[in-house]
Amino acid sequence: MFHIFCPYCDERREEEEFHPNGQAHLVRPADPDSVSDEAWGDYLFFRDNPRGIHHEMWVHRLGCRKFFNITRDTTTYEILETYPMGEQPTITAETARVRHEQGVQTADGGWQTVGARPENSTLNEETPS
Amino acid sequence: MSQNNRLSQGGRIDRSRVLTFTFNGQQYPGFAGDTLASALLANGVDVVNRSFKYSRPRGIVAAGPEEPNAIVQLGATEAAQVPNVRATQQALYDGLVARSTNGWPNVQRDVMSWVGKLGGSFMPPGFYYKTFMAPASMWMTYEKFIRKGAGLGRSPAESDPDIYDHLNQHCEVLVIGAGPAGLTAALTAARAGARVILCDEQEEMGGSLLDSREALDGASAADWVEKTVAELAGMESVTLLPRTTANGYHDHNFVTLHERCTEHLADTAADAGRAGEVRSRLHRVRAERVVLASGSHERPLVYANNDVPGNMVAGAISVYLRRYGVAPGQRLVLTTNNDHAYRTALDWKEAGREVVAVVDSRANPDGDLVKQARDSGIRVITGSAVMEASGSQRVSGARVVAIDTTRFVVTGKIEELACDTIASSGGYSPVIHLASHTGKRPQWREDLLGFVPGEVKGMHFAGGVQAVYALDETLADGTRAGAEAAQAAGFEQAEAIAVPSVETRTESATSALYQVPHEKSSLRAPKQFVDLQNDVTAAGVELATREGFESIEHVKRYTALGFGTDQGKLGNINGMAIAARCLHRSIPEVGTTVFRPNYTPVSFGAIVGRHCGELFDPERYTALHQWHVENGAEFEDVGHWKRPWYFPRKVNGKTETMHDAVARECLAVRQGVGILDASTLGKIDIQGPDAREFLGRIYTNKWAKLAPGRVRYGLMCKDDGMLMDDGTTSCLGENHFLMTTTTGGAASVLEWLELWHQTEWPELQVYFNSVTDHFATMTVTGPEARKLMAEVTDIDLDREQFKFMDWKQGTVAGVPARVFRISFTGELAFEINVQANYALHVWKALFAHGEKYDLTPYGTETMHVLRAEKGLIIAGQDTDGSVTPEDLGMHWAVGYDKPFPWIGKRALTRPDTAREDRKQLVGLKPKDATVVLEEGAQIVLDREQTIPMTMMGHVTSSYYSPILESGFALAVLKGGRNRMGETVYLPMSDGTTHEAEVVNTVFFDPKWERQNV
Repeated sequence: MFHIFCPYCDERREEEEFHPNGQAHLVRPADPDSVSDEAWGDYLFFRDNPRGIHHEMWVHRLGCRKFFNITRDTTTYEILETYPMGEQPTITAETARVRHEQGVQTADGGWQTVGARPENSTLNEETPS
Repeated sequence: MSQNNRLSQGGRIDRSRVLTFTFNGQQYPGFAGDTLASALLANGVDVVNRSFKYSRPRGIVAAGPEEPNAIVQLGATEAAQVPNVRATQQALYDGLVARSTNGWPNVQRDVMSWVGKLGGSFMPPGFYYKTFMAPASMWMTYEKFIRKGAGLGRSPAESDPDIYDHLNQHCEVLVIGAGPAGLTAALTAARAGARVILCDEQEEMGGSLLDSREALDGASAADWVEKTVAELAGMESVTLLPRTTANGYHDHNFVTLHERCTEHLADTAADAGRAGEVRSRLHRVRAERVVLASGSHERPLVYANNDVPGNMVAGAISVYLRRYGVAPGQRLVLTTNNDHAYRTALDWKEAGREVVAVVDSRANPDGDLVKQARDSGIRVITGSAVMEASGSQRVSGARVVAIDTTRFVVTGKIEELACDTIASSGGYSPVIHLASHTGKRPQWREDLLGFVPGEVKGMHFAGGVQAVYALDETLADGTRAGAEAAQAAGFEQAEAIAVPSVETRTESATSALYQVPHEKSSLRAPKQFVDLQNDVTAAGVELATREGFESIEHVKRYTALGFGTDQGKLGNINGMAIAARCLHRSIPEVGTTVFRPNYTPVSFGAIVGRHCGELFDPERYTALHQWHVENGAEFEDVGHWKRPWYFPRKVNGKTETMHDAVARECLAVRQGVGILDASTLGKIDIQGPDAREFLGRIYTNKWAKLAPGRVRYGLMCKDDGMLMDDGTTSCLGENHFLMTTTTGGAASVLEWLELWHQTEWPELQVYFNSVTDHFATMTVTGPEARKLMAEVTDIDLDREQFKFMDWKQGTVAGVPARVFRISFTGELAFEINVQANYALHVWKALFAHGEKYDLTPYGTETMHVLRAEKGLIIAGQDTDGSVTPEDLGMHWAVGYDKPFPWIGKRALTRPDTAREDRKQLVGLKPKDATVVLEEGAQIVLDREQTIPMTMMGHVTSSYYSPILESGFALAVLKGGRNRMGETVYLPMSDGTTHEAEVVNTVFFDPKWERQNV
């Protein structure tokens, strides 16, 4: 059972309070009428199913009712970071690969670092939880 | 019967407290501190079960959770029955009643025993599947008898009188296992300041130290345990949980511990004199760090007839001797591939029993323990092993032979040794179960001859679990792991903890030996058991590999290796080693073992906790619930809500049927006035300057011009264009709306609104709040509704002043109210919203004034009939996630020309959603008015068509209409709107076929005049 850091409540809570809401960072076409049926179908129905780093939207359903994002490793179930809606992940499949190559470990002492704001996030730098 | 095998002294039992217990109907004495297994051995009970498949007599083999044979059914009464209890893990208590799980009709003389005697060639792996396969329909019949013969535990037929608890726990360091490594780890972490939970599954903490020959810091191991546990118990930050098994390790260091609170005292808490206390407790522990110090299980060797009672795992014999003062025999032969097992021979000799020989598979063992054994006069036979045990109900001898383990052959003459007990030790298997519960594969270490755990984030390993076996090293390893865990959780060590000093010994290396070669091939030799609980033999594993099963996972499923209550704790590694030998591969090439929760069986009671009976599922009541109960309502579950279904009256002393009650309620609404408690409808208060814009995006229809005081019906789609919910939304003020949802959709619609606001349109200033429980809703409806309302409200009810789809603020029965002129019945209707705590007052006032109009309370069933007569849909009943507003004929509620691309709009212009032959909502009128079609019935156009028929749609709602005096239905039908007047057919499962005419969805008052009277 996951232990999830809610970036709004600012603390870890049990998974029972949360609910997954599928892939994060989906972009709804701004002008739906101008996109093809195929592109609309892709937006509606097609989702990534990666082995490894995945960004997911969750909702703190039985808590603050806020939606937020989680970067999770689908092979280890490790949650690498959680970050509020509207922000970008600091850990992606690409940065994870670079970290791995450079031998940089993710912060220990827990499972989650809170996603840094985009403007002050730099590669290979952790924000301690 | 006396305890013949009880030593005159020694052990950790209390000889002053004699306990009486019953096993298979026979009474025996035991001592406080015994397990059921040690008490049975003390009384010389050799046969405790019959084996699962071959029905061979079986005795106790081990002393812990790995015990494969001594599986019993516990409980003196029916309600207290507990299946599949390991006798080795059950503390003895006075009055304990146990029966063998296997062995129908009894263990001593078994009708099935011919099976075991006839030999394995008659029952190879897959025997049941191969033999009882045809005809397939008979399997259910065979299975009943096979299961009865095989015997599995049975669950009680009466309900459990005990209560169980769940407890959420948090700590920095959870230490699993209180043996030498766990105790030093816990002590070290606790001294660093961490909150520590230490759990251990045994009756006493101490693990292997409780039967150890060693001295720690000059004192006995047991004294050191006592001192250490006392220190831990005295620390405020430490929680000690004995009798607590860590059964599951889950993501992010979530560990489930099962604590047995009264199970060691009596059948039930009440029997233990502790009525009202919990029988067992499930601790849900979230730990910063976990130290796994679960130790190891000794592997038995695989040799012929190794299942005859009297064959035991070496270490278990030491446990029974030293901890329980029980010598389970007179003359011992020990067969081993390692030094450590020699202690069993020394223990046996010190207990005054005869050690016939130690048979060591190694050519030149010369470790300190070996020397000690030789010095004490024990005969050591080297380069050899016990090839076969003699005897049937009890071991009578051991056939010993020199072996060549690399070529897997016997090399010398067989020597027969007379003995009644054979102890075997094939080395040790780390108890890695919890480390692999989250999917981490263990690693095979050829140098250690065992699987060690793979790296698990947040978990530290100490002692035997990572194949550290020597006591001095184990104690040091625990100290290290405890310090590391505490440090990782943020607690630095103030000072180094001294590791207790123990005598160090030289040890000669363990040799790799799993199955002992026999003079005959595995297939011809007497059975060599790998998995005693599932009757899997070496020949069976060999046969499986020859039949093409190459992965251990497949071998497991074919032979049943590793199934059952012990989950292969004793047999898995031996089975893999045999498969590897047969396939000429290494053990890791054959596969790795994967374990899943739970480590040992957990009773359903503990899993369920308090979530049973009336606490199984929450129930929601409206503010008027008590009135409904007092007025005889029958209730229907809608989500978690209890809603009045109908209100049967007593007529001439007889209670109305549902049909009669619903007919009466329907006619009351159509001809007089009725009242419905509609409080369960979801209500969402929406405020903010952008509230109106938001509604326009989330609903399919237009909201730009809805003025304060007006109400509108809205449809909500998902972005795939399919209807998800509907309801009315009222404009309370320029920036203030009240949305209603279906009863079941209240929570999901609120989340849906939040989703779009938070993720797509955060720039909109709008706020949502659930007010479902804050307001009670009462629907007063029927031609007499205005007259009744006029008596209780100050609102002007004039039909020109208070139009259909208006709402007004005022008082009803003297309390503030919002009254909405909306109708779900097609009749004149007023929906009254008042604060929930005023609801009963208003409801009673309405009835006080309503008596002269015969005000009739009605329930959900009447509500359904009335709305369906008007063709009004229920989202989720008449729709199923594949129905668009167009399919429902509701294009009037779709604003294609709205400026913002609202949710669902784009999908409604896809070619598929524009198809003419989509399933469309229609009415169905059965040709026979007495027929009420079945909801879900399929519609076909050609009744003569052969199966499979072309299915054109199905019935979604169907009722009997008292006002129409006919059955009627709503249905979805392909191209339905172009089929008005056509006849369709509904074939039923009983062979009859109903005929119905396709009609408009509005069955009653098609001009909608009645709601405006």
